[in-house]
Formats: sequence, structure tokens, C-alpha cells
Amino acid sequence: MTTIAEATGLSKHFGAVRAVDDVTFALEEDRIHGLLGRNGAGKSTLMQLLTGQEFATSGSVRVFGASPAENASVLRNVCFIKESQRYPDDWKPKHVFRSTPWFFEHWDAEFAEQLIDEFRLPLGRPIKKLSRGQLSSIGVIVGLASRAPLTFFDEPYLGLDAVARQLFYDRLLADYAEHPRTVVLSTHLIDEVSNLLEHVFVIDQGRLLVDSSAEDLRSSATTVVGKANTVDEFVGGREVLHRDALGGLASVTVAGLDDAERRAAAAAGLELAPVSLQQLVVRITGTAQKEFEVSA
Amino acid sequence: MDDSRPIFLQLAEQIENEILSGALPEESQVPSTNEFAAFHRINPATAGKGVNLLVDDGILYKKRGIGMFVTAGARERLLAKRREGFRTEYVGPLLQEARKLGITTDQLTDMIRNEDTQ
Repeated sequence: MTTIAEATGLSKHFGAVRAVDDVTFALEEDRIHGLLGRNGAGKSTLMQLLTGQEFATSGSVRVFGASPAENASVLRNVCFIKESQRYPDDWKPKHVFRSTPWFFEHWDAEFAEQLIDEFRLPLGRPIKKLSRGQLSSIGVIVGLASRAPLTFFDEPYLGLDAVARQLFYDRLLADYAEHPRTVVLSTHLIDEVSNLLEHVFVIDQGRLLVDSSAEDLRSSATTVVGKANTVDEFVGGREVLHRDALGGLASVTVAGLDDAERRAAAAAGLELAPVSLQQLVVRITGTAQKEFEVSA
Repeated sequence: MDDSRPIFLQLAEQIENEILSGALPEESQVPSTNEFAAFHRINPATAGKGVNLLVDDGILYKKRGIGMFVTAGARERLLAKRREGFRTEYVGPLLQEARKLGITTDQLTDMIRNEDTQ
């Protein structure tokens, strides 16, 4: 595996707010990474640091082996699709698609045209008259057709309907398969993207809580449901991520179980339910929240 | 692709099922990793992992530059493997549930016979 970008001890403070707090991680070549976390967790700031749009308070960022800030040879290979991209007031989408090829050497105009058609984007309408979804589709099309070796999508689909989002996922997967590249997808629609991701980062209150392959993360937790005393007996001293109780029933989420433990649970009359990536992220960031409140 | 087991295992199992059912005959070409990924809407690396599991097991083989094919004799080998697992995966849980409901082994045997003749 080749590292495309890395952050070491990276922090960004805005006054007393630690938007990014001592984060160390690496993006590997030709992987689709998910950057997950709640609103205000620090996802966008982290991507701005990686693309040289913000300067770190401390720590370092290397992208293609160099610092990204004001570095044309790095930024030429990076595409950053922002949630709220601004365009000049009098622009129409056609101006965007006329100018973007200047910045991306792998730009595929034919692919862009196909996507414009599929997303039904009106090229000649002033951008300020576009709907929120149409505005988002401009970003999605630019992000896909630029085929930049390192592409960031920061909440790319605000206002996009379910059909358009599915279209985005399908085109991303198909084009990624044909032209492998490194992708970072930041989103809170976790269930929709969980099967697309190869690697997952979870960030909360500026801190990196999870840095794991999506596959490992998926099998890292199970919910055990049954009679409360049987559940508690089975759970024993395991780390409990979450516990719900209803009368004599309990539902407890614990760290991953191996096959023998699964059989033991079934033999004890307990039901096992999978924990989705989204539930897991909710559990993880929810726990961190409590810890934070206790320590604050 | 929605239970709690790793997705690549689920994909491998699904391809195995298609070989068992005859939908993918021996010596026939199977879809490419990218086609599997697009169809199931999963990461191509994950799809590759599932397919490679079957290549390692000798169920599929690669022809350079052409694609992947079902190995001759793969169906028999899969049948043997699945029969071995049948006891622990199906018979055990069946007996357990029967016991929980107070169904005796004799009653269970009768049920299976009756179900089979219908």
C-alpha cells in the first residue's frame, strides 16, 4: 500500500475550539475512505487542512509527499468538492464545465456530458436560480469527471433526491473500478454508503476515534437480545457499547463475537442482531460525548 | 448483503450458491470483480476479496487476460463442504428450538416426514 496523504499530530484551533485535535492518519492509494462524524465534528476542517485551504495550528500534512499549501504540483492532483461551493454571481453551469478542465489534467468531458444528462442539470440557467439539489449535482459531476488522483467529497449531496444519490453511488463505483483513485467521502448518510467504503475514519469533537477497515468495523459489534439476566450473564465482563432494557428483556451491544461465542449465545436462547455502521458510529460518538461531559 | 457477516464472505457464499444451483455451470465464465461490485453496490476491493477466497479454495480459476471460470468438479466439492456444515448450522439449532418448545425427537421426526410427503 502506498500512502497518498498523511497527517501527523495535526491540530487546528479556532480560539478555544479545537476543531481538529492531534489527529494522525494516512490515506492509502486507490481506496475509498469514509470520513464520518456528527455535524461540527471537524470533518470539513480536516479536509481543508489536507487540501491546503487552512493552515494547521500544529502538526503536519503531507499530500503526495509534499505540503499542499500553495503547492500547484500537489493541488493539480487534488479535487475538493465542498458542501457549499460558491460560484461567481453571474455564472451558469456551462461556465463551470468550461473552466474546470483547466485545473484537472484527467478531466473527461464525455463523462461529464453523460453525467449532466443523467442528473438533468440545466446548463444555461443562472447558478443562483438553481435548486439546492441541482447545485449539489454540479459538484458531484465535477468530482467524478475530474478523475483527480485524490478526490474529496464533503457532504456532496445536500438536497439531492434518493434517485440522484443512488446515481452518484453507482457512477462513483463504476468509474472508480475503471479508473482507481483515492477518494474521501464525508457524509452523515452512513447507511447509504457503508458498502462502498473500504476504510472508515470516525471523528468526534476534533479527535479521531476510529481508523479501521470497513470490514473489521462491521464485524466489531453485535447486539445481544434476550432475558436480562441471561444477557448479563453472557455479556459478563465484556465492554458494553450500549444497553437498552424493557421489562425483563435486555438488548446489549458488545464488541465482536467469534463463531463459538455466537453458538454459545444461541444455545443460551439469546438472539444476535447485526449492528450497522451507522448504529456503530452513533454508539461510538455517543459514548465519547458522555466521556467529554464527565471530564468537562 | 445485509447480515452481520463480512460482505466478502456473503459474496463468496452467494457465488457458491449459484454454482450449487447450476446457474453458474462448471467451466463457465463468472462475472468480473467490477461487475460483482457494481451489481451488489459494494466496494470493488471487497468484491475482489470474496472472489479471491473462491480462487484460493480452487472453486474458481483465472485465465490470464480472459477472466474467471468455475473449476471442473467445483460443484461436488461444494456439496461435500456444505453437507459437513449442515449438522452444526441447521440440525443443531432445529433440535435446540424443538427442545425449547417441548417437541420430542420422535415428534420432530414425524414432522419432517409429513412435511416431506406434502
